[in-house]
Amino acid sequence: MNHEPKDKILSICADYGNQPDTLIEILHDVQVELGFLSTEALIQIADALNISRADIHGVVSFYDDFRREPTQGPTVKICRAEACQAVGGEDLAKHAKETAHTNIHDVYCLGNCALGPAVLIGDDLYGRVTPERLDALLKTKAAP
Amino acid sequence: MSARAIYVPCDAAALSVGADDVAAAIEQEAAKRDVQIKIIRNGSRGMLWLEPLVEVETDTGRTAYGPVAPEDVAELFDAGFLNGGTHDLSHGLTEDIPYFAKQERLTFVRCGITDPLSLEDYQTHGGLAGLRKTLTLSPEAIVETVTQSGLRGRGGAGFPTGIKWKTALEIDASQKYICANADEGDSGTFADRMLMEGDPFVLLEGMVIAGLAVGASIGYIYIRSEYPHAIKTMGRAVQIWQAANLLAGSGQTFEIIIRRGAGAYICGEETSMLESIEGKRGQIKVKPPLPAIEGLFGKPTIINNVLTLASVPIILDKGAGYYRDFGQGRSRGTQAFQLGGDIKRGGLVEKAFGVSLRELVEGFGGGSRSGKHIRTVQAGGPLGAYIPPHEFDVEMDYEKLADIDAMLGHGGLVVFNEDVNMAKQARFAMKFCEVESCGKCTPCRIGAVRGKETLDKIIAGENVAANLALLDEICELMTDGSLCAMGGLTPMPVQSAIKHFGEDFKG
Repeated sequence: MNHEPKDKILSICADYGNQPDTLIEILHDVQVELGFLSTEALIQIADALNISRADIHGVVSFYDDFRREPTQGPTVKICRAEACQAVGGEDLAKHAKETAHTNIHDVYCLGNCALGPAVLIGDDLYGRVTPERLDALLKTKAAP
Repeated sequence: MSARAIYVPCDAAALSVGADDVAAAIEQEAAKRDVQIKIIRNGSRGMLWLEPLVEVETDTGRTAYGPVAPEDVAELFDAGFLNGGTHDLSHGLTEDIPYFAKQERLTFVRCGITDPLSLEDYQTHGGLAGLRKTLTLSPEAIVETVTQSGLRGRGGAGFPTGIKWKTALEIDASQKYICANADEGDSGTFADRMLMEGDPFVLLEGMVIAGLAVGASIGYIYIRSEYPHAIKTMGRAVQIWQAANLLAGSGQTFEIIIRRGAGAYICGEETSMLESIEGKRGQIKVKPPLPAIEGLFGKPTIINNVLTLASVPIILDKGAGYYRDFGQGRSRGTQAFQLGGDIKRGGLVEKAFGVSLRELVEGFGGGSRSGKHIRTVQAGGPLGAYIPPHEFDVEMDYEKLADIDAMLGHGGLVVFNEDVNMAKQARFAMKFCEVESCGKCTPCRIGAVRGKETLDKIIAGENVAANLALLDEICELMTDGSLCAMGGLTPMPVQSAIKHFGEDFKG
């Protein structure tokens, strides 16, 4: 790999004082920077924080937010929890699975329970999402 | 004439149905008509079915219009909405809308009224009064006030806040911590989010008071990553708060740090949350030791829910008696009930404990949005019971709900209509536990998988009676043997569904 990402990763770790307790914050920031968490990136973080690769693997594999494979476009999170289920969320999730979009993930509650079904695209929240509206959103807001 | 103040919420729920587009449309239309306006991005009033709810400051008070779409804006100008003119979307004065007028807003007293990031607005509307009184009190007196108020943990467990604080106060330690639990993962709940986006300073004020009470100088706010708007607003609020140096001259300091979650429901469990703040896997820890004795980085730590901490400033300001006079029995003060799912008027209702479930769902909520018959309400999130209509008269407090084998949790109420299949909901409860279990203890990790498989067999009609008996045993084991509420309470929705809706479990 070229040196540019490595410098960026080290600079992110340094911003957090290379403190092991800030690992999750660092992983978030590195993922935003690279789009995913590559093995090289994890090794560099482990070195910077002076923790083992096994520890980092344990953390990365525990939390749903972290991606080990490259992805395209913003993450699309579809709420599968009860309040959205009660207003057609499962039909929306089924429809979403049938689209060709590769970066769709299940999530349990987006805190928009009075205006479901809810979808989070990147950092943008949408309520009362119908299959038709989801198609339009995927086209305009979540194109790879 | 000075610029007319127009309020358009910046709350995530309002944004999810187009509040930004509405604000932009109002700005454009005003420019086109050469009218002076000033748009203020407030929090939400909690009347979410009316979002985006636009309010105009008039001589008689704030007048409400909603739900406003960008294409309604020109018409609203034509109808003279800048002077409170009537339109199909107008609801009169916001504070006269029955849904709002009938509430008892203590914790959410400023939410939706002020600019969330204006410390000046915050103080004009009563903010910092609690902190000022606190600075005149001894730590023991602060803890005593909170104890006397009867405040209990609003995250779900309902543990008396004053007793928790007293435990940490009595320990001698070089460092203590306050942790605000903003990992609001229960489906049907959004009160923490609404408060953090609509009145973030009240949480900070509550944390500082907690710090002064127990002798902690560092506070963490752990916010779930599914709440990007809350993370952003809280981050800016912390910067503004620290810059204002509100403890100057008191000889005290209090630093506040925000930590993001990463998509794990279990991190709302307090010991798991502490692990996550330390940068580790969010696996739960066996108690004792209690976090109040040995918590974050091994030091005494007070972990309170956002709403618990946000209720503290008004208790210190107005006195323990003022707060305790709301509510009933051992449930004192108010609860932020959150109405979601298939409900006509979804939103947040802050009421004293004791209001009936029926009043919340049918009175405030107006029944189902779909117009279909309501079959059940799940109270208290994914680990809470499914309550049948014949129990809708239950008075909402910790004990009365426990009497019917249900729980308050974080105050979320999810309404389901007659189309719901309760066996599938029971299966979902087990599946949710399977997905979100931290894996530390066997009853939760394995029980959830076996529970789901057994429900699949019941749904498919295989040996239904025998499998129901097996499911009952799995539930008993999970309840008795799990280390925390994840596995321990997953049986609650399952068993309530079987008890009240047995007809759905006949295969």
